[in-house]
Amino acid sequence: MHQDHELHTRRKGRNFGILGVLLSFVVLIFGLTVVKIQTGTYAEAFDHVVRPELVPSEASE
Amino acid sequence: MTDLSLHAATEDRPAPDEASLRDFWQLLKPRLMSLSVFTALVGMLVAPGGVHPFIGATSILWIAVGAGASGALNMWFDADIDRVMKRTRNRPIPSGRVAPSSALALGLFLAIVSVVMLDLTANWVAAAWLTFTIFFYVVIYSMWLKRTTSWNTVIGGLAGAFPPMIGWAAVTGNTPIEAWLMVGLIFMWTPPHFWALALFVKTDYHAARIPMLTVTHGRAETRRQAWFWSLGLAVVSLLASLSSIGGPMTLAVALVLNGVFLKRAWDMRHRTDADCEADGHAVERGLFKWSLVYLFAHFAVFVAEAALGPYGGW
Repeated sequence: MHQDHELHTRRKGRNFGILGVLLSFVVLIFGLTVVKIQTGTYAEAFDHVVRPELVPSEASE
Repeated sequence: MTDLSLHAATEDRPAPDEASLRDFWQLLKPRLMSLSVFTALVGMLVAPGGVHPFIGATSILWIAVGAGASGALNMWFDADIDRVMKRTRNRPIPSGRVAPSSALALGLFLAIVSVVMLDLTANWVAAAWLTFTIFFYVVIYSMWLKRTTSWNTVIGGLAGAFPPMIGWAAVTGNTPIEAWLMVGLIFMWTPPHFWALALFVKTDYHAARIPMLTVTHGRAETRRQAWFWSLGLAVVSLLASLSSIGGPMTLAVALVLNGVFLKRAWDMRHRTDADCEADGHAVERGLFKWSLVYLFAHFAVFVAEAALGPYGGW
């Protein structure tokens, strides 16, 4: 029984470690999304259809 | 699973795959990671333009993860020779704490995650160079050169030299001459640094059949090579000091750093094994310690020069 206890303690440590890494990853992705949106330039693109406002006009060239 | 676990628990050491988090951390070679983090950070700080702190910190994290993946894959492939040498015998795989297949899986997983995430966080140029670095360290160095040529230290050192360029690329998306000069600095620094260490640390590379220069060409030739590479290092250092990442302060610091480095390499070149035995390898130890100061100070002064803004640089 004592050996079982050691085994489970070790596994518990690993499992909590993996939980911490996964949670950190989620927080990181969320943070990145926020920063990318805040600092991103023009995010609009051609979405299956041509958008006239994205085509450079003669005046801007 | 349970049967295996119970059986393993009755033995002195834990069975493979019952390793602790600390074992997996060791697998990532944290010392190597810290050097990569430091030099990549410098590359990022001296690159023109700047980047959002969160993007910068996250990019550094992925570079560190990529370096860790390289370390895990290196340990996976080198488990057979690590088992033979005293210095490496207690590493996670040869000691039996981590299964080779787990190390391989972890290394491959982290390599893919680091490259994909660096691409998403920074840009594809940085991600491409991180991919090449991992490939170079694992395939070119670990699998090929390390066991076949005494130039393993020289060419293998290139893998450790790339992080500042990856850091630079993460900011600018390109790799101009200044980024390559930082790569060149670490590349030229690596051989004298490791050869000085190899001259005073008694290792059993011959037992593992690793063709280190001290084994294949002798200690005298190693001293001679260390001197020539130190000269090359000084040249690259001065070129970097005169480039746009340098400036008067960098040049002044570089002159001092290289002056001491060359003096110690010169002294080391003209020694015999009898001299080493007499003073306990004092000169070799001195060069090794100075090489650590050298790299840290040289990269720190690049950052200081950049921090001076309009008052720094040429």
